[in-house]
Amino acid sequence: MSLPLHFPLVLAAALFALGAYAVVARRNGVLVLMGVELMLNAVNLNLVSFWAYLRDSLLAGQVFALFVVAVAAAEVGVGLAIVILLFRTRETASFEEADLFRW
Amino acid sequence: MDFYRIAWLIPILPLIGSFLVLFIGKRTPGRGAPIAILGVAASLLLSLGVFFEMIGGRGVYEREWHWLSIGPAELGIGVRVDGLASVMFVVVTVVSLAVHVYSMGYMHGDKRYTWYFAALSLFTGSMLNLVVAPNLIQLLVGWELVGICSYLLIGHWWEEKANSDAAIKAFITTKSGDVGFVLGVALLFGATHTFNMREIQELAVAGEIPRALVTAGAVLLFFGAIGKSAQFPLHVWLPDAMAGPTPVSALIHAATMVTAGVYMVARLFELFASSGAALKEVALVGAVTMLIAALLAMVQDDIKKVLAYSTISQLAYMMAGVGLGGPAAGVFHLYTQGFTKSLLFLGAGSLIHAVHSNNLSEMGGLRRVMPVTYATFLVGTLGMAGIPPLASFWSKDEIIGAAARAGGGVGQVVFVAAVVTAFLTAFYMGRALFLAFEGEYRGHGHPEESPPVMTGPLVVLAVLAAVAGLVGAPFVGAFSRWLEGAGAEAHPVEPGVLALSVGVAVLGLLAAWRVYGRGAPARDPTLSLGFLTRVLVNKYYLDDLYLKGIVRPVQYPVARAVYWTNQRILDGAVNGAAILARVFSRFLYDTVDQLGVDGAVNGAGRLVGGLGRALRALQWGRVQRYAAAALAGAAVLALLALLKV
Repeated sequence: MSLPLHFPLVLAAALFALGAYAVVARRNGVLVLMGVELMLNAVNLNLVSFWAYLRDSLLAGQVFALFVVAVAAAEVGVGLAIVILLFRTRETASFEEADLFRW
Repeated sequence: MDFYRIAWLIPILPLIGSFLVLFIGKRTPGRGAPIAILGVAASLLLSLGVFFEMIGGRGVYEREWHWLSIGPAELGIGVRVDGLASVMFVVVTVVSLAVHVYSMGYMHGDKRYTWYFAALSLFTGSMLNLVVAPNLIQLLVGWELVGICSYLLIGHWWEEKANSDAAIKAFITTKSGDVGFVLGVALLFGATHTFNMREIQELAVAGEIPRALVTAGAVLLFFGAIGKSAQFPLHVWLPDAMAGPTPVSALIHAATMVTAGVYMVARLFELFASSGAALKEVALVGAVTMLIAALLAMVQDDIKKVLAYSTISQLAYMMAGVGLGGPAAGVFHLYTQGFTKSLLFLGAGSLIHAVHSNNLSEMGGLRRVMPVTYATFLVGTLGMAGIPPLASFWSKDEIIGAAARAGGGVGQVVFVAAVVTAFLTAFYMGRALFLAFEGEYRGHGHPEESPPVMTGPLVVLAVLAAVAGLVGAPFVGAFSRWLEGAGAEAHPVEPGVLALSVGVAVLGLLAAWRVYGRGAPARDPTLSLGFLTRVLVNKYYLDDLYLKGIVRPVQYPVARAVYWTNQRILDGAVNGAAILARVFSRFLYDTVDQLGVDGAVNGAGRLVGGLGRALRALQWGRVQRYAAAALAGAAVLALLALLKV
């Protein structure tokens, strides 16, 4: 009657791979943060899918997904603040050039 | 109190004093002199204790502690206390204490003041060790120690070459006699297998040793005495030894060290007596020496040299006395001379201190400015001349009497020599006295009487020089009892001998007064005897003979040989060791230190640096690369989990 478990899991894996690619390969800081959001949401999809599959009475999967959404909001707040400061001081948002701590 | 049992302290105390002075003297008040004086004074008190116990009739005390074994023979170190030793203790410590005190004044301001007192105390301890020794080896140790102290003190002012030359001459001359002494010790040990003097003498008296060996041993030992006691022909060092400070001359070269030879012959008298020939040799050497030395004393201008030749002459008296009259006669003269001669030397020191010259020709008229010195010197002079009842009169008379009694060829020779010497002694002592104290002052500056620290010992010694002889006077006769035991025969007073000896003494003094009584004559008659004067002034050409005949032919080859040895062998060894050390240290530096130690240290540093450089490459500083690495790591872990490794 229901969707087989591996359908949402494959979708989540694709989403995660896309996000990981963005985090590793994109130069613009804003896009890197968007990659991180993609990865987090892939994890959320996993959590919800497994909850739907297991149907546990504590609703742990859904609650965890909500936690992740909250943490992701906070993370984006901090990350964007860093990117804005970077842009103000270096006049670029590229993470490639943010290498002042390098030896 | 049992003083005999603690007699071993007598030589130890001055030695301790000496080392204390040496190590802490400079930092103590009085620059060490009080420590030295304290040591000697303590020793004097013990000596007096022993002396009075001996007078109380106590016999011989001998104690030896084991030192080492030589094959079957034992060598001990210990003490032997008897009449002879107790008398010597008193003479040595009294004169030494007087000289120590006197030296505080005489050596005042000397740059090696502390060192001087250390050497003086060391000498005193060594001399007392020589006296106390019960065996020949301990005697020899003391014998050589006093020799080295004499060397040190003669050369006290070594900056002047003449003084260090005199010290070397004294050392080598006495040492050449010591060769005989050591051979004699070895010979006697070979014959008896013991070093103990009592045992050797008992064996010799019992006839256990062949007569020829006894004679050879005794004569060889006597060579040592000839050197140490400055007897002809090895007397040449003593006049030169006057280069040392005058108190040293008084202690070492008049009263104590030079009497060691006489003491040794007296100590081993039974050995010498078992070989009559050795004893005759002793007497004859004495007879020859007393005359030639007395003649030499007549022409000296240096007051210390007058006294030095006089010492030689009087030591010869002692030798002749031991040789003919037994130990009591010789040692009695030693005992009276110890006080008289040290008194005269200290008096001469007081004169020299005042006029800054040793020469009689620069003195004169000092009777008025130096009354204490004059009075004490007068006592010494009269004593030396042999005027009764001063100490030296009794002992001199004893020896002349012994010679008269001995008879025979040797006795007659000694008798004539002794009487002639007595006349000459009176004459040259009178000459020195009058030249120094009468007439007009011929020197420079304004002489003054010496300080009390110097005149005090003079007065004490003058009293002793005046009265100390009474114990041996014929009507008392205590001295020979002390030395030879209760059975000693008392010699009756011989009026003829007595009259003769006093007569020549008075005659000699009168002759001196006639010539020098009103100050120095324009021409000194002793210097106007033509050939005789020339011979005497040149000291019988003995010094020249030794120098040209012995020293020069020996000196250069020996010097060359020593130089060669030094250059080739000693320097070779030293340089070889140095080269070895250099090679080894080069190896240590290059290999062990540079490669090993430094290599380890540097290697550790380089390893850390290299690791750091390698790891630095990972520190990209690119956030995205870190993220990629983290992903890759997670992927690897996931893969591993999947494969269930």
